[in-house]
Amino acid sequence: MIRQPPAQEQHTVTDGPEQRSQPPQPPQQPKGAAPRLKLSAISKSFPGIKANDHIDLSINPGEIHALIGENGAGKSTLVKIVYGVLSADAGVIEWEGKPVTIASPTAARKLGIGMVFQHFSLFEALTVAENIALGLDDSGPIRALNQRITEISARYELPLQPDRHVSGLSVGEKQRIEIVRCLLQSPGLLIMDEPTSVLTPQEAKILFRTLRRLRDEGCAILFISHKLDEVRALCDRASILRHGKLVAACDPREETSGSMAEMMIGSSPVTPRRSSHEAGQKRLEIRDLTVPGQNNFDVSLSHINLELHGGEIVGIAGVAGNGQKELAMALTGEVRAPGREMVVINDEAVGHKGPRRRRRHGMAFVPEERLGQGAVPDMDLAENVLLTGYLRLGLVRYGSLRMQAARDLAADITGQFDVRCRGIQAQAGALSGGNLQKFIIGREIVQSPDVLIAAQPTWGVDSGAAAAIHQALFDLARRGTAILVISQDLDELMLISDRLAVLHEGKLSGAHPTHEFTIEEIGLLMGGADIGKARLAS
Amino acid sequence: MIMLERRRETSRVMKFASPLLALVLTVISGAALFGLLGFDPLEALYQFFIAPVMTSYGIAELLLKATPLILIGVGLAIGYRANVWNIGAEGQLIIGAIAGGAIGLALHGVDSVLVLPLMIAGGILGGMAWAAIPALLRTHFNASELLTSLMLTYVAELLLTWAVNGPLKDPDGFSFPESKMFHDSASMPLLLEGTRLHGGFLAALIVVLLGWFFISRSLPGYEVRVTGSAPHAARFAGFSQTVTIWMTLLAGGALAGLAGLFEVAGPVGQLVPKISPGYGFTAIIVAFLGRLHPVGILFAGLLVALSYLGGEMAQITLNMPLAVTGVFQGLLLFFLLGVDILLTHRIRIGHIKPRSAS
Repeated sequence: MIRQPPAQEQHTVTDGPEQRSQPPQPPQQPKGAAPRLKLSAISKSFPGIKANDHIDLSINPGEIHALIGENGAGKSTLVKIVYGVLSADAGVIEWEGKPVTIASPTAARKLGIGMVFQHFSLFEALTVAENIALGLDDSGPIRALNQRITEISARYELPLQPDRHVSGLSVGEKQRIEIVRCLLQSPGLLIMDEPTSVLTPQEAKILFRTLRRLRDEGCAILFISHKLDEVRALCDRASILRHGKLVAACDPREETSGSMAEMMIGSSPVTPRRSSHEAGQKRLEIRDLTVPGQNNFDVSLSHINLELHGGEIVGIAGVAGNGQKELAMALTGEVRAPGREMVVINDEAVGHKGPRRRRRHGMAFVPEERLGQGAVPDMDLAENVLLTGYLRLGLVRYGSLRMQAARDLAADITGQFDVRCRGIQAQAGALSGGNLQKFIIGREIVQSPDVLIAAQPTWGVDSGAAAAIHQALFDLARRGTAILVISQDLDELMLISDRLAVLHEGKLSGAHPTHEFTIEEIGLLMGGADIGKARLAS
Repeated sequence: MIMLERRRETSRVMKFASPLLALVLTVISGAALFGLLGFDPLEALYQFFIAPVMTSYGIAELLLKATPLILIGVGLAIGYRANVWNIGAEGQLIIGAIAGGAIGLALHGVDSVLVLPLMIAGGILGGMAWAAIPALLRTHFNASELLTSLMLTYVAELLLTWAVNGPLKDPDGFSFPESKMFHDSASMPLLLEGTRLHGGFLAALIVVLLGWFFISRSLPGYEVRVTGSAPHAARFAGFSQTVTIWMTLLAGGALAGLAGLFEVAGPVGQLVPKISPGYGFTAIIVAFLGRLHPVGILFAGLLVALSYLGGEMAQITLNMPLAVTGVFQGLLLFFLLGVDILLTHRIRIGHIKPRSAS
């Protein structure tokens, strides 16, 4: 039951989520049969926040049901309750018509609920089959398991070799391991948490075929995403969460991405504006950057060349695990380049220097991992300003910290970049992903860098925060900063970058103006085709 | 049903309340222990915690015993903040005592105000040198300082035995394995006449202040904290792990060496085969009991010193075995680490019943 539907919301459901539009019932679903999973008035509070507020949701067999909402809307909390990771404060969960208590993930799997998490939990040094065996409650002998893995992967177009080591696999393949692990238990409900965020467009299409096939066999699928185009292409129904409440349910095939975005955000989405730019002077030059992998699981970078000029945004696309992390580390100086001329900032060779010196020369970085790399989780925001601000912002005098100045700056950043938190004394770990990312980007921007390297700047961030981050990058470029964005989100790169290059297995394609590429071409480059062939294919 | 539920943020209240809670639990189980051993629990607790500080001499003894614990505790806390696990402070204390003590013996009879400062410098450098070995092994060979620093403690003990049996033995000492007594200029000045409390306690108070400033208000201290709590963030910020390891181990070694020198130039008065009842190890408990915060360590040092005195008192008046002191300290550490879970979790009592929607 939704209380107090917001007045401006046309799509608000007032009497349970089923009312607005009846999706066509799949044929496997006899009339009057109980839904596979039914949630009634699920509520869950954390200190200071109602993560789920009386949420009703039902998923039928043979249905792909989208759960969409901004980050922090309560999607993760809800699926964690369904998967037994969290327990609800109130509400009823019914599985095939019977009320159940799901006390743990093991209990969830026993019922027939499988979940593929956004972040995989795989052991790099073990084989595919060993990893799957570890994740099963009762795996049986490994040879029989190999057989079953091969069967399942053939049946659902999930090619996997059971005896390969995980360390050599692409992210897409790793995801397949997680999916196969779930499918081995013949789940009645499969939960997919942002599954396409790590895939190339082509890989995503294959995943959708697999999911449709599962649906046709009667499996219920809960598909969590904030990519609305995908939801429209794949899902039969969508439930939209906002601030912990179910605000709407709709048939995504009858909506536009815009109308769903509006339901999700509660207002029209803001599109970041970019004024035209002129390339300024050369700020960053990467010359023949070659860095051998630090260990067996790292990608070696080979012969990377790129120039960045003031005022431009250059995007580096690529499927995760193709050297993005290594490139970012080689640019920040966490890993030093073997040659000093390999990284040149403002005509100063800094390849052999660490992060401190590179920052002094005018670089700033937004790292891929927000918590634990970009911010110290158990320190408050003022202390986190110091993490990279200690060099350029006058926060340190004679080796002693000027905490008041750091607090003032933290307050400035939270105000200027709309970081929502309970004050600058909040620990970084308590901020939502989007807010923490706005804080980190703000912290780097207030240092007025000449070069900003941003890795995955909007990964897992809600669309409002993403728009704000893109706008901040545009504004920074307008002031003459050269910006390099390394991202797996192709839509983002197409939107914000002036030039684009693709990273594949540690090699970088040439950078060309973004408008000269089509999505398909980039997809091919991401898959390892060289640009000449990609051109021919199009 | 009693459940643990994760907190969104580390509890600030619990940061202060949990050591007190640990203390209360220790006292309760200690009382139960005394009861089981056949002692009157209340009487035993009185002997343990109250009787030692009923006289001014007792209080002076308390401060005396707390001095090395506080000094070493602050030094160790700096390392532990950075996840540098120096557990060999006992060895660094011994080497500091030998080095500083040797200077005092070499200058035997020299009546100058410079003798004691030279000995103090020797003590500090001795402790640092001993701590430099694990630092070198860690930064060059990635050998765990946890093992190397501990093993070096036993080497240090043997070195002391050799020194007092050999080069530093008092030639007029009837072949006892002891050095000469330090002369006046080589001894710590007393703070209170008629007691053994010496100027080292004031030094410990200054170290507490400096330690607080270093950890909370200085850039190197900030680097130490970041390195300990998010190593990846430290690398990202450009803080060198090598520098942190050296800095923290040397700081710990310096303060342990200083504590060792204070012991021999203070209450002990000479080099003997055993100069510390395990201060270097007990200081580990003190550091954690004080939440790795210098001011906390000041109070923790006093508390643990009280348990030493209390143990002795109970031994004398109630014939309680000496091992009880160790058990008591063990209980304290056990509860301390146990209640730490309350920092990040809360206890919820009650059963979650699925409730139908209203």
